[in-house]
Amino acid sequence: MSPNAYLVLSAILFSIGVLGFLIRRNVLIIFMSVELMLNAANLAMVAFSYANGNLLGQVGAFFVMVVAAAEVVIGLAIIMIIFKTRRSASVDDQNQLKH
Amino acid sequence: MVSLLEIVIPVEATGLFSYSWLMIAIPMLVSAILLLGGKATDSWGHWLGVLGVLGSLAVALALWITMLGLPVAERAVHVSGFDWVSVGNLNLQAGLLVDQLSILFALLVTGVGSLIFIYSVGYMAHDPNRRLFFAFLNLFIVAMLVLVLADNYLLLFLGWEGVGLASYLLIGFWQGRHSAALAAKKAFVVNRVGDLGLLTAMFTMVGLFGSVNFTDVNQAVGSASTTWLTALGLFLLLAACGKSAQVPLQSWLLDAMEGPTPVSALIHAATMVTAGVYLVVRSHSIYELTAAASLAVCIVGVVTLLAGAWIGSTKDDIKKVLAGSTMSQIGYMMLAAGIGPAGGAFAIFHLFTHGFFKANLFLGAGSVMHAMNDDTDMRHFGALRKVMPWTFVTFGISYLAIIGIPPLAGFYSKDHIVVAAWEQGWYFGLLATLGAGITAFYMTRLMMMTFFGKKRWAEGVHPHESPKILLFPLIVLSIGAIVLGVVLNNAIQYWLAPPTGGHPHSAAWWDIPWQGWVTLLVVLVGVGIGYLMYRGEISYEQPHTINPIVYIGRNDLLADQFNDVVFVRGGGAAAAAVATLDDVIVDGSVRSAGSLAKGIGGALSKLESGYARSYGLTMVIGAIAVGVVLILGRLA
Amino acid sequence: MDNSIPLLTVLGVLPLIFSLIAFAVRGRAGKHVAFVGSLVTMVFGIWIFFAAASNDFSEMVPWIKAIGAWYALSLDGMGRAMVLLSVILVPIVLIAEWTLDSKQTDGHLEPRWGSNVFGALALMVEGFGLFVFMASDVLLFYIFFEATLIPMFFLITGWGGAKRGKAAMKFLLYSLAGGLIMLFAVIGVYAVTAGAGQPSFLIDDFAAIAMSETVQKMLFVGFFIAFAVKAPMVPVHTWLPDTAEQAVPGATALLVGILDKIGTFGMIRICLGMLPGASLWATPLVVVLAVISIIYGAVLAITSTDLLRLVSYTSVSHFGFMVLGIFAFTTSSITGSIFYMLAHGFSSAALFLAVGFLQNRRGSVAIADFGGVREFAPLLAGVFLVSGLATLGLPGTANFAGEFVIMTGAWPRQTAAVAVAVFATVLAAVYVLWAYQRVFTGQPSDEVKKSITSDLDGREKLVIGPLIALLLVFGFFPQPMINVVEQTAVTTMNVVGMTDPLPGSMGGK
Repeated sequence: MSPNAYLVLSAILFSIGVLGFLIRRNVLIIFMSVELMLNAANLAMVAFSYANGNLLGQVGAFFVMVVAAAEVVIGLAIIMIIFKTRRSASVDDQNQLKH
Repeated sequence: MVSLLEIVIPVEATGLFSYSWLMIAIPMLVSAILLLGGKATDSWGHWLGVLGVLGSLAVALALWITMLGLPVAERAVHVSGFDWVSVGNLNLQAGLLVDQLSILFALLVTGVGSLIFIYSVGYMAHDPNRRLFFAFLNLFIVAMLVLVLADNYLLLFLGWEGVGLASYLLIGFWQGRHSAALAAKKAFVVNRVGDLGLLTAMFTMVGLFGSVNFTDVNQAVGSASTTWLTALGLFLLLAACGKSAQVPLQSWLLDAMEGPTPVSALIHAATMVTAGVYLVVRSHSIYELTAAASLAVCIVGVVTLLAGAWIGSTKDDIKKVLAGSTMSQIGYMMLAAGIGPAGGAFAIFHLFTHGFFKANLFLGAGSVMHAMNDDTDMRHFGALRKVMPWTFVTFGISYLAIIGIPPLAGFYSKDHIVVAAWEQGWYFGLLATLGAGITAFYMTRLMMMTFFGKKRWAEGVHPHESPKILLFPLIVLSIGAIVLGVVLNNAIQYWLAPPTGGHPHSAAWWDIPWQGWVTLLVVLVGVGIGYLMYRGEISYEQPHTINPIVYIGRNDLLADQFNDVVFVRGGGAAAAAVATLDDVIVDGSVRSAGSLAKGIGGALSKLESGYARSYGLTMVIGAIAVGVVLILGRLA
Repeated sequence: MDNSIPLLTVLGVLPLIFSLIAFAVRGRAGKHVAFVGSLVTMVFGIWIFFAAASNDFSEMVPWIKAIGAWYALSLDGMGRAMVLLSVILVPIVLIAEWTLDSKQTDGHLEPRWGSNVFGALALMVEGFGLFVFMASDVLLFYIFFEATLIPMFFLITGWGGAKRGKAAMKFLLYSLAGGLIMLFAVIGVYAVTAGAGQPSFLIDDFAAIAMSETVQKMLFVGFFIAFAVKAPMVPVHTWLPDTAEQAVPGATALLVGILDKIGTFGMIRICLGMLPGASLWATPLVVVLAVISIIYGAVLAITSTDLLRLVSYTSVSHFGFMVLGIFAFTTSSITGSIFYMLAHGFSSAALFLAVGFLQNRRGSVAIADFGGVREFAPLLAGVFLVSGLATLGLPGTANFAGEFVIMTGAWPRQTAAVAVAVFATVLAAVYVLWAYQRVFTGQPSDEVKKSITSDLDGREKLVIGPLIALLLVFGFFPQPMINVVEQTAVTTMNVVGMTDPLPGSMGGK
């Protein structure tokens, strides 16, 4: 079986994620875009795993999902705090990262 | 050539001679006490100062009398000192040489010095820093004795710089006066230019002969090439020019008159300024082997004797007239020293007599200034002969001595030099005779303006005769000015023959060659012109002049203007250029390297906007770039 | 000699221990601890100075065997002279800056730390400096060479004028840049000795190895640049006047008096001692640079309008003399250079500290702010003049002995260079006496009358008196010290393989 179709889907999802990440202002949407990119990568890994006939890719995908879940927990908490203190969820209002 | 030189090897000191160092140690101790003792010594410091130089004089006299009793071959005595620096094949010792020449100098320095010290007790009586003045004077005596008693050029240099320092301190003694401070600095700096000559001469001697001892140099001098000897001679001449205010390094001496008058008499007339002549005479073995350098000495001497006379003829400041005269008389000595072994003894003879009558003239001028409330302008004097009879008589004696009226001292000593100059070449002789005429003119002018004519005293000035303590030295010095010529005329040649390498020929005091008569005639003409020009009215203010001869003379032959344009402004501009170079180029390049690093950093920091979005974009671009590189790498 | 107590280590560690105590003890007590420490070190150092004449105190312990680094200390004639200089200068500087915490000079910022820290840092400079002068292992030398920068940096940045931070940074950057280049050379030393079979950083081991000319030249350049920065030679000198202008005179006296000597010390010990061939190769350029430094420093001193900058430029000129003497390769010129290092340590300290006395009174070191000071402070004028006369090399002062021996020794080999350099003696008279004239003579201005109210007090006499005495003693009787340092010159001449020009070798018939 050729994984091409899955890979094309994965690339499309990843591109959507990148574009969302770069274009949208709302932190939550950006966060979802990042998740989308991660899942696109997961899809590609699972597809390769299936095509190659070993489970390493799928194991990797599980790890990514676990890490993503942890990340969501921390990330959402940070977003909540920022939102509470600044009454905004727009990334362009924040340039605290400047030195 | 070498065999012509009779090298005197000094004998080691025994008996009294081994205590020669006391001559230096006594005033040194006095000076140290006065400097370190501070205000505690204010009340008696000046008498201790006089005692210092008297002690020195006593030692010098004792040595001289001992020396008179010794056979000629044992009169040069070497007193060993200590190793100053001995490293590698460089071996420099500090030792003293007491011989006929140096003892004569020591007598002059301490003898005339004693009189001037006594004079200073009275002259500086009202100065709050009189103690300091005597400390510096003793320092000068120390340095001057080191200079003349040294057995090598290095120790001589120690004294040489020491007298320069003392001269600096004493010219600038009244430091509150800006002009005095400037004059002191100028004297030191110009002297330092001369010192370059002595330094390089010593480097050369070590290179050529491996020693700077007089004896070693005299012995080895034949082994060096003429080129180097000429260079050596010129180096030494440069040093002599600086110390003795000879052209082209003469400009400091006139300014040095800013110092107290006793200082002018002792340092800038009788002793220190003649050190250059001493140096040339001491180095006669070098000059004998290099005609070019000897000729240079003669030329410097002749030029200076005329230049000094020129300046003396135009000045209205009594001390500056005398300073010009000093230059001029030292010019005579230089001329004699340059003539060679025959002239060396005459140079010292004139130096010795000049020490007496010029000190007398300066102290007399000091006495006049004392009476005139420290005014030095001769246009404000006149008719002082009646109010100051003692000053007038002693001054008059030295006046006759300096212009060369027989049988006073200056006639004999100058006569020998003029004769020697005629024998050296008619041009030297002619110019020397002419110089004698001009000397007669400006000294007559000085006498006329100061002691004769009508009184032109400023308001509120009531001249009076000076106290005895000022008159006593004048009287002693004028006696010296009368008798020294006749007494020493013949004897000094024989006395000085060994150290100067001269071949004396006997000359009785009544035996005057034709050049002497011609010179006397010229002198009388000079006196006549001076009398005729200055017997009438003399304006109180200095009249404006367009006469270039007068103008140039009044402005010290434009030496200051020349120095100002070339060294002060030109050198200043060059120094400022170097300073700019240092700031803009040398330091600037480093600073700009610093700012470049800062600028790059600043530009890069713009990328750090703080917006997550731009970081995201950077990341994506980076990822894409890495991907592209990987893919291209695979394809290639 | 087989020593149970490593005396040289003790000498170096002693000030460091006192330094730590002084850091820990706050306030005035700490200042006293530091002073006592400097005195103890002085007594011990002077004893070592004399004892080292007849004893060999060398220590050698393997340190990092893998790279052949040794903890090796020894003391030769030059080292002894430098030890003497260091141990004498530090207590004098501490007395001079005794009032650092109680009286603040106008134009100076608030001190960053207490006076105990000043004392502690000065002792640290001393300790590290002593180790540099005693090290006979290149790596050890390098480490202490760099270590001296740390306390010196804090000495500059802690006390002084408004721009002291900037000046300290400039000093640090220059020195680090030089040190970095030197680090390459140090690594090169390892490479060479390792290549020859047995890695070693010992100076003696290295000197015994034959190596290609190119390698020698590269190593020489690496070391020389670092030392030229340290010694300040034109054109890498500009950090010195900036530092001197901002730092307190005591700190500058330590810097110029002791630390800058490491530059010339290193040139003799490392450049000539380890890389003789390359030193000869570089001589023409180095001599030209030295002569430029001599004249250039003197000219800039004349144009200076600030006394501290003036004194620092005179040092640039004088370091030029030392370098000229070193690279003239005669026993007498090298001896003269080492002697001059000592003399200059005392004379520059005297002049810097005398300027410090003026600064404490007037709150300024701009020459234009003075005039007529002699009237109110004759003694201060006197000591300034004497220090100045020593600086201009008047015979009878130690500086003259140094300069004269350098130039006499160098004359046969470097006639042209000496002929140019000798003009600096005239320029020296100009800068010293002109400064004296503008500061001390003439009529005082109102500000001067108001601010200069006292002459030297007892403490200040105690500072300047010993320095002047030392300058005069070494000026009239240089021979004992010459004997001490000549040994180093002779050894160096042997390593370089040069012989002295014979008298009469120039200009004979």
